[in-house]
Amino acid sequence: METSGSNTKRMSMIVTKGSLDWAYPPFILATTAAAMGLEVTMFFTFYGLALLKKKLDLSITTLGNPGMEMPMMGAHLLMPNLLGALPGVDAMATSMMKNLIKKKGVASIEDLRQAAVEADVQMIACQMTMDLFEFKREDMIDGPVLGGAATYIETATKSDINLFI
Amino acid sequence: MADHLLDARGLNCPLPILRAKKALKDIPVGEVLAIQATDPGAVKDFEAFCRSTGNELVDSKTDQGEFHFRIRRGK
Repeated sequence: METSGSNTKRMSMIVTKGSLDWAYPPFILATTAAAMGLEVTMFFTFYGLALLKKKLDLSITTLGNPGMEMPMMGAHLLMPNLLGALPGVDAMATSMMKNLIKKKGVASIEDLRQAAVEADVQMIACQMTMDLFEFKREDMIDGPVLGGAATYIETATKSDINLFI
Repeated sequence: MADHLLDARGLNCPLPILRAKKALKDIPVGEVLAIQATDPGAVKDFEAFCRSTGNELVDSKTDQGEFHFRIRRGK
C-alpha cells in the first residue's frame, strides 16, 4: 500500500448481508475509502460471506422492506411487501433492479469487488460461518484470509472508522 | 489547460472517484488531470476527495448538465 504508515487512517466494516441491494454500501465505501488513502478491512460474516463467492448470483426481496420504491414510467412503484411471498415477484424485482443499475451507470458488484481487491482492501472471511454454511474455500475468490471475531476486534481497535452493515 | 483527460460521463458514484484515483496514480506529481462527469454528486465528492488526499482541486465548473474538474496531483 502506497501510503502505509502510522498516520494512515483506517476503516473496518462487518459485512453481514448478501443481497444485491445490501452488497452496495460495503463495496462502495470500501473502494472509495481505499481511493482516499485509507487502509480498509472488510470482515464477511453470515449472509455477507456469500459476497466472496467466485460466482455471484445476487437478488433482492420486497419482503420486509416497505421502503422499496422502483421508478417506473416517471412515477414510483411501491413494491408491496406481501407480494414478495408470491413466486416470481422477487425475480421480477431483481431484474428491475439490475436493469436500473445498468441504465444509471452504477457499477456492478462484481466490478466493485474487483476494484476493492485491486486497491488492496483486506478481506477476512468468517471461519465460523464457513463451517456453519459449509462454504468451501475453493468456491471463494482468491485473497480473503480466514479469521474470527478476535481477528476483527484487533483490526477494529486500530481503526478510525468501524461500520456494521 | 490540462495535461491529461478522464471521461467519466455516464458513470455513477463511486466510479468517477475510483477512475480519477487510478488516473492520478499514472500521471507525474504536479501535472493536471481534467475530468468530465455527469454525476451531480461528483461535485461535493471531488472536493472531499481532494481535501483528504492532498491533491489540489484547481477548479470545478458546471456546463450544461456536465461537470468539469481539474485536479493537480499532489505528493
